[in-house]
Amino acid sequence: MAVELLKGNVAFAEAAVRAGCEAYFGYPITPQTEALEHMAKRMPELGRVFVQAESEVAAINMVYGAAAAGARVMTSSSSPGVSLMMEGISYIAGSEVPAVVVDVMRGGPGLGNIAPAQCDYLQMVKGGGHGDYRSIVLAPSTVQELIDHTVLAFDLAEAWRTIVVVLADGSLGQMMEGAELPPMRPPRPPSERAAWALTGAIGRPTNLVSSIHLEPSEEEAFNQRLQAKYAAIEAAEVRVEEHLTGDARIAVVAFGTAARLAKTAIAAARDDGLAVGVLRPITLDPFPTAALRALAERVDGLLVVEMNAGQMLQDVQRVVAERVPVRFFGRTGGVMPMPEEIGAAIRELAHEVGAADDAAPWQEVPA
Amino acid sequence: MTHAERPIADVVIAGFGGQGVLFAGQLLAHAALDAGLHTTWFPSYGPEMRGGTANCTVVVADGPIGSPVVGRPQAAIVLNLPSLDRYEPLVAPGGLLVVNTSLVDRAVARDDLDVVAIPADDVAAELGHPKLTNVVLLGALLARHPALRALGRLTPEHLATTLARVLPERHHHLLGANRAALERGAELAGAAPAAVAPTGA
Amino acid sequence: MTTAPLATTPVYERPDALTDVPTHYCPGCTHGIAHRLIAEVIDELGVRETTIGVASVGCSVFAYRYFATDFAQAAHGRAPAMATGLKRVSPERLVFTYQGDGDLASIGAAEILHAAARGEAITVFFLNNATYGMTGGQMAPTSLIGQKTTSSPLGRDAASQGSPIRMSELIAQLDGAAYVVRRSLHDVVQIKRAKKAIREAFEVQQRGLGFAMVELLSSCPTNWGMAPDEALGWIRDAMVPAYPLGDFKVPEGLRPARKGAHA
Ligand SMILES: Cc1ncc(C[n+]2csc(CCOP(=O)(O)OP(=O)(O)O)c2C)c(N)n1
Ligand code: SF4
Repeated sequence: MAVELLKGNVAFAEAAVRAGCEAYFGYPITPQTEALEHMAKRMPELGRVFVQAESEVAAINMVYGAAAAGARVMTSSSSPGVSLMMEGISYIAGSEVPAVVVDVMRGGPGLGNIAPAQCDYLQMVKGGGHGDYRSIVLAPSTVQELIDHTVLAFDLAEAWRTIVVVLADGSLGQMMEGAELPPMRPPRPPSERAAWALTGAIGRPTNLVSSIHLEPSEEEAFNQRLQAKYAAIEAAEVRVEEHLTGDARIAVVAFGTAARLAKTAIAAARDDGLAVGVLRPITLDPFPTAALRALAERVDGLLVVEMNAGQMLQDVQRVVAERVPVRFFGRTGGVMPMPEEIGAAIRELAHEVGAADDAAPWQEVPA
Repeated sequence: MTHAERPIADVVIAGFGGQGVLFAGQLLAHAALDAGLHTTWFPSYGPEMRGGTANCTVVVADGPIGSPVVGRPQAAIVLNLPSLDRYEPLVAPGGLLVVNTSLVDRAVARDDLDVVAIPADDVAAELGHPKLTNVVLLGALLARHPALRALGRLTPEHLATTLARVLPERHHHLLGANRAALERGAELAGAAPAAVAPTGA
Repeated sequence: MTTAPLATTPVYERPDALTDVPTHYCPGCTHGIAHRLIAEVIDELGVRETTIGVASVGCSVFAYRYFATDFAQAAHGRAPAMATGLKRVSPERLVFTYQGDGDLASIGAAEILHAAARGEAITVFFLNNATYGMTGGQMAPTSLIGQKTTSSPLGRDAASQGSPIRMSELIAQLDGAAYVVRRSLHDVVQIKRAKKAIREAFEVQQRGLGFAMVELLSSCPTNWGMAPDEALGWIRDAMVPAYPLGDFKVPEGLRPARKGAHA
């Protein structure tokens, strides 16, 4: 396959098709709609399932149904739509069926706007739906990663029988970038669906997909099993990128689009003689606790940069536990932080912790 | 510079919806990709477009690209007055500003920019294709932008090859006109004056 | 030579219930006409200061900018529920919602049915343009069979995408619904009829007769890919046959007030 100029929303939809996605259920919402439109064209063309649901509530429950039948299935939406999916996500987690959800985040709360934001971190990483469940949350920062994570999401969802969320934002969904699509994997034939799936009880005991455990002790046993699974996921699936952290005295911690903005900012800071790097959690859940803790031992200060009011910040503070100063720079409401502003925040922190001694003299950055 | 990616160019293209602003940016991005470079294309989208204005940012680099957006672009093409008003103050000192004077009735006030003023609507009309304003201006940018011109891989000829690849078959009768528009823009832009600072300044 | 000033009678003025700002609607969109009709009726009834509007999510999400009345902006599909809350705690106010077909007939189908079933004393203006305007022309529950949209690229196919929902007929079945009519905005005669229905729908609420809804067949030239006049023609020739105009329910209490009601 060759590198092509691809729009993020189209790229992840096509990646899902090529990963053998058998069914897509969704509802239009900006800045994600091109994905739904791509599926509307592609899925019927390939004899696969596409349904424009009457709402996101219906879409996620259609996903629940198809997943219960053992099919590779996904939905995609953006923040207000994802809020409506929370009940279904909790049910899917509570019955341990695999499903993929792509959230192309936009500014909130409420109707907010359609500009790029990262304000669903807490909703996606900490739950959002009810109950003691967790999801695997992947945070792509390029169109290529958006493609790769979508493919990976299906594999992880099936390997762990869990919800996998690809947490993108309006910028990744709307931008075009050179990227390579994966080769076409044919969908798994229905005859090869998982043993637990609802395929009809021909010659076998019946299967049940349900999240009800009326007896508290049974619900507790189930929860303990879930927690054990999450611990195993934590041990096996952490993904993190460290960019120029080797000699860094200051590190930016950022995910997704904010991380790529930060990379441009640290390039300029390094030109001024500041030793700065970026730690980018690729999995937001499981969170790269060990890598962050190790980095916190080496650097003089951490700057968390997010397109929200400081959501991942809570996790960074928890992990770092006052080993080094943790500062925050964020823009909210769909405003993207410009690399110049991030650079100013880096310099401020460098001066605060004395990491700027051999750096070029302070310069006001034009806003 | 080995420690970080530094783009070869970042360009903002801005105008009214319908002036082909997004397309011009896509053409540049496609051509950059064909030239073996990294590129991002970032559009304005949504209500901003309903308001009648559109813009996009194209970043071209020879390595992975960090930010697809820039606070202070090194180059801008402005197709109308509101876009000049918005981007003139933002272009980085020493940068390049390509202005469609057919829809702009004032001079550029800054004296620290390389300004290319082209009545591109009229030029496109003279070529018999009034819709190619955007392509004329892109041709001018590519001829005048020091770093992009220095690549030697984004000439009108290269862009014409890219267009032949990305344009749907039914528009192929327009390939010749597009190439002529790129060439005319390049011709009108002439060579860059020596004073222009290299990008990244 | 001097000329005496001509005596002028205004033939067109902005209703007080409309604000003096240009709308964001596309040229030729009938949302603007519907706004004006509603505002004229609010003026004529003298209820500008006692009316509360609820905007939905769709192109008319910014309706609150254009009406000079109190306004709320609901979540997608939930305007009838929000209006219920508003009306129940302020029964002396006139409460209306303004909803598109995606909002009312798709994501908000449950809310509208139940508001009608409860006989909620609210007035609903339902703009049916057979598409999702704001998000760029996807299929709506009211899209016609064979209609090409960005999410039904081959044309709506009943077998996989279902058939258009005739909401007025559906809602008229409910005992709680007092007044349900369908009008169109495609020509002057229809626009005049639409205005009369809008007035009646407010009067139903004023007289405490129950739930009232006016469905207005509306155009979306932008996403239909048509010139404005072509789009009006498409309402007349394609939509009206699928969505017959008429009265599906009119309360007894309103009858005496009606002269020359049309079918
Ligand atoms: C929960 C949720 N899902 C989806 C959207 C995206 N959305 C905004 S407007 C709209 C459809 C509007 O169509 P319609 O109600 O027909 O009104 P029109 O724009 O045609 O006037 C959708 C799906 C949203 N804002 N919230
Ligand atoms: S998109 Fe359609 S419904 Fe929305 S304002 Fe434009 S014409 Fe009207």
